[in-house]
Amino acid sequence: MAVNHIESASPTQHRVAESAVRPPSSLRIGLSRVVPELKMFFRRPEQLGLTFSMPAVICILLGSIFATKMPHSETSTGAVIAASMLAYGILSTSFINLGIGIAADRETGALKRLRGTPATASSYFVGKISLVAVASLAEAIVLLSVGVLVFKLRLPTDVFGWFTLAWVFLLGIVSCSLLGIFVSNFASNAVSAAVITNGPAVGLQFVSGTYVPLILLPTWMLTLGSIFPVKWMAQGFRSVLLPSNMAVYEPAGSWEHWQTFSVLTAWSIGGLVACLSVFRWSDRT
Amino acid sequence: MTGQSSAVHVRSLAKTYGRLTAVRDLDLDIGYGEIFAILGPNGAGKSTTIEILEGHRKRDSGHVCVLGEDPGTAGSSWRAKIGIVLQEASDFGMLTVSETVQMFAKCYGKARVPEEVLELAGLGSVSGARVRTLSGGQRRRLDVALGIIGMPQLVFLDEPTTGFDPEARRQFWDLIKLLAADGTTVLLTTHYLEEAATLADRVAVIAGGRLVAVDSPAKLTGHVSTAATVQWREGDELHVEETDHPTDLIRQRSKDGAELAQLTVTRPTLEDAYLQLIGLA
Repeated sequence: MAVNHIESASPTQHRVAESAVRPPSSLRIGLSRVVPELKMFFRRPEQLGLTFSMPAVICILLGSIFATKMPHSETSTGAVIAASMLAYGILSTSFINLGIGIAADRETGALKRLRGTPATASSYFVGKISLVAVASLAEAIVLLSVGVLVFKLRLPTDVFGWFTLAWVFLLGIVSCSLLGIFVSNFASNAVSAAVITNGPAVGLQFVSGTYVPLILLPTWMLTLGSIFPVKWMAQGFRSVLLPSNMAVYEPAGSWEHWQTFSVLTAWSIGGLVACLSVFRWSDRT
Repeated sequence: MTGQSSAVHVRSLAKTYGRLTAVRDLDLDIGYGEIFAILGPNGAGKSTTIEILEGHRKRDSGHVCVLGEDPGTAGSSWRAKIGIVLQEASDFGMLTVSETVQMFAKCYGKARVPEEVLELAGLGSVSGARVRTLSGGQRRRLDVALGIIGMPQLVFLDEPTTGFDPEARRQFWDLIKLLAADGTTVLLTTHYLEEAATLADRVAVIAGGRLVAVDSPAKLTGHVSTAATVQWREGDELHVEETDHPTDLIRQRSKDGAELAQLTVTRPTLEDAYLQLIGLA
């Protein structure tokens, strides 16, 4: 007797069979979250204002205060600060943005809800990392525009310069993002996350040469700043945005590209290990 | 074998938080297609239990099998088969209702059509609104929409109508009944007796982290004293007697043709049974 198998299945069985389809890969789920993450970020005017205008405004203010030329050079102190300020921009769009954003996702239940679906932690981070990449690129464009238009920074003219700019930018984002993810685990809510990210961030600006040129810092501050990624990012950006003779104002008298690469890579690896060992979906056990 | 015969199979479940025992020695069996309610007062261990079954919380001991797998170790294929309706989420406020549902639909290999889910949940008219502008009731309907978008075999609802006004609660119940009509297994927790009685095929009453009774709402009263209470007034004196034979008692008292003033005969209601089960009566 001929039986149409699909017709013969009860609606319930049919439905159950369909839902046994394998869920999409972590990457595919993650990619589907990129646009929503961007929408959520760009739909918050106050957050956008803080993230994008703060570094630019501080750059213009400090650059205007330190308007004199660096000794024995044609480069203004403002230009040195403007080049360094890119590091603050990245810190803002990666470390602060993720530190607060993930704590907020934990607080509002977004992470818990995602945990109840086939999405994995990797899916979640694909969305977040893409958000950071886009926001950081936008921040870099804002700050480079300010630097070029107001403080006469010169964009790299050779491939090597762009290459250096690219890897400093990339390693800076990766290391600071991972630190942001790490720090978010110690915040019980978005407000406390704002405190434990912005607090260290402001401190780091002072010891890392983004607010004040490194040559003006006492030795202990320089030593402290040299431990963290911001100082090295800022140095990397100065190396491509300032005339090459400005290297004499660096602590070592040179741009120290290898040291910059090593420190940022070390923070990236350490950050990854730390995140993998402490990331939690919710406040509960 | 246990995983095949029932959607949820729990034996000797225990969970403590520090010195506080949340759940102890809990056994549960929920069949496929059943609407099952865990009823109990606040702090009875309802949320802890449902969160362990959802895989959101670790248990201290006991055997737990949900849709054939241990929720503590099950992977994303298992999570594709369950749907969790969160209790107090306030996430995705900046997305629109429709964007949120579409985003979650992409987490599943096979999902319902977002527009249809929104219609089903009664959110069709606000699909373009930002989530943060929704009312409390609409927000919970969105939670349901997100819980069922992946065509789950089993849906968890943790105190779904807490804070609702009576009208919104009734509408929400209709939605749950609609869900269950296609054979989806539903497990809900509630501290509203009426909710459990209206929705559930079977009710587990828990108090102090322990299961005190499991039965259909109609039969739950059978777990407690079923004696009738006969009450009447003679002069200034109010008489109250409990008896298994109220008709006999009244016949005795009125055989001389006397009218018993303010006569009432009452049986324990489901509420009385519930209060007695959780040790408050």
